[in-house]
Amino acid sequence: MTQLNELTLAEARDGLKAKDFSARELTEAHIAALEKARVLNAYLLETPDRALKMAEVSDAKIAAGEARPLEGLPLGIKDLFCTHGVVTTAGSKILEGFEPHYESAVTHNLWRDGAVMLGKLNLDEFAMGSSNETSAYGTVVSPWRRAGSEAPLVPGGSSGGSAAAVAARLCLGATATDTGGSIRQPAAFTGTVGIKPTYGRCSRWGTVAFASSLDQAGPIARTVRDCAILLGSMAGPDARDTTCADLPVPDFEAALGRGVKGLTIGIPKEYRVEGMPAEIQRLWDQGAAWLREAGAEIREISLPHTRYALPAYYIVAPAEASSNLARYDGVRYGLRVPGRDIVGMYENTRAAGFGREVKRRIMIGTYVLSAGYYDAYYVRAQKIRTLIKRDFEAAYAAGVDAILTPATPSAAFGVGEKASADPVEMYLNDVFTVTVNMAGLPGIAVPAGLDAQGLPLGLQLIGRPFDEETLFAAAQAIEDAAGRMSLPKAWWA
Amino acid sequence: MSVDAQTVRRIAHLARIAVSDDEVAPLQGELNAILAFVEQLGAVDVADVEPMTSVTPMAMKKREDVITDGGRAQEVVANAPETEDHYFLVPKVVE
Repeated sequence: MTQLNELTLAEARDGLKAKDFSARELTEAHIAALEKARVLNAYLLETPDRALKMAEVSDAKIAAGEARPLEGLPLGIKDLFCTHGVVTTAGSKILEGFEPHYESAVTHNLWRDGAVMLGKLNLDEFAMGSSNETSAYGTVVSPWRRAGSEAPLVPGGSSGGSAAAVAARLCLGATATDTGGSIRQPAAFTGTVGIKPTYGRCSRWGTVAFASSLDQAGPIARTVRDCAILLGSMAGPDARDTTCADLPVPDFEAALGRGVKGLTIGIPKEYRVEGMPAEIQRLWDQGAAWLREAGAEIREISLPHTRYALPAYYIVAPAEASSNLARYDGVRYGLRVPGRDIVGMYENTRAAGFGREVKRRIMIGTYVLSAGYYDAYYVRAQKIRTLIKRDFEAAYAAGVDAILTPATPSAAFGVGEKASADPVEMYLNDVFTVTVNMAGLPGIAVPAGLDAQGLPLGLQLIGRPFDEETLFAAAQAIEDAAGRMSLPKAWWA
Repeated sequence: MSVDAQTVRRIAHLARIAVSDDEVAPLQGELNAILAFVEQLGAVDVADVEPMTSVTPMAMKKREDVITDGGRAQEVVANAPETEDHYFLVPKVVE
């Protein structure tokens, strides 16, 4: 029999329903797997006792014929979601030991539907990074290695712990968040599926804020179907987040079988960036060919302001971060380092509590919002954001149903390989994903093949606002054509 | 535009982050790399373009002006570094 942690989430759900195994057995298999995988550093905190208690409740529910949609399915939670009574750090020293007295809306919805919490997953500090190397608690090692090499690779970021845990079968699925690509880039780097839904689809209440007009929660899982199941539980209206949409949650799983016949898929020529590796171009062409063979019409389109999305993002996101992170002042929660006076206390606390990347983004944000620079930087960037959104609106108005692009400009890189003095080199990882956040659109990354070194590469589909269903249908068509990604053997165990 | 060492110190103070003398030069280099990268936005014609103020076209949700929560003083201060009788303690701010 297959190890229970090797099942997909949908297979595990069906096995529990058929009583092939119990929720307790399923949970125990995952606890055993994650205990043997500590070298990957994917989990910041393991919560086995809580997981087993939740699994027992699930077994009782199943026995009573009252199983909920995610009954007994063990998940990992990115450590950006506040969990009641369970330490939540955001990957930062400034929140070391912080124990929320409330539950984030997204995780609350998962527990309401019967899911089991295995623990909290590593991430870049405050979700600021593309490699998980900015975490104050150490980098995550990807379960993937280049063919014939043992050099550690990054899992991507900021949801690096989520992506690594899912790829290494240390949970059936994981929560993640995406501000500029933090779900889709790590999913692409680890051969997993990740969707950032439309801005407003999931409540942001109780999720540690980075850039509030860009942040969205979504799942990472091993199949398109598993992502559809998880998003169906995570999403939904919430009066406590005024930007959370008052829209019913569609049956995402039902949309998987729709196919792509009759859909028009746009191929934006501006994504053919200079210096793009030939294998990324080939993968992209292959993806378009798969969708054409499945019945879609492929059409070249233009999104003229694409190249300005990343620089505009590096004004908008740090500006919002500098405001959001002002709350870490050593008074209400988290670290406090004494100083000469109250300002000295603030300055010493924040100097000791924040890592280098977080400080640099707060400072850029402070600068672009400061007197005399606000119009030149921040207002201009918000105007460019309008132009980026208009590009997409024009494409959709012309009959395009979804847009196909590569998910990342390269496969995963090695730990420490991009540690140069120029932060922009790391930022370029998000060149294909960040436009989607700027326009508030849904985007899904789906594995599509391997590069010459045996590392996974992903494609991205971008949809109309609140039309995740089309993305799930098209992503399923790609998964069907590409075949399920074969994940690395457990060299770490 | 680029920042000099004095501006780096000024920004750090506005952001309430202490920086030591040997941190200033590296920070200056990193901030200038980011500012050089965003410089290309100057090439975009943004005349008559409205800045984005709402990601999705929606009216702000409103609710009844009623008390929905409260009486949680102990929970509110539970994670604070220093408290007394449900108050946050801070260094003296008024002479």
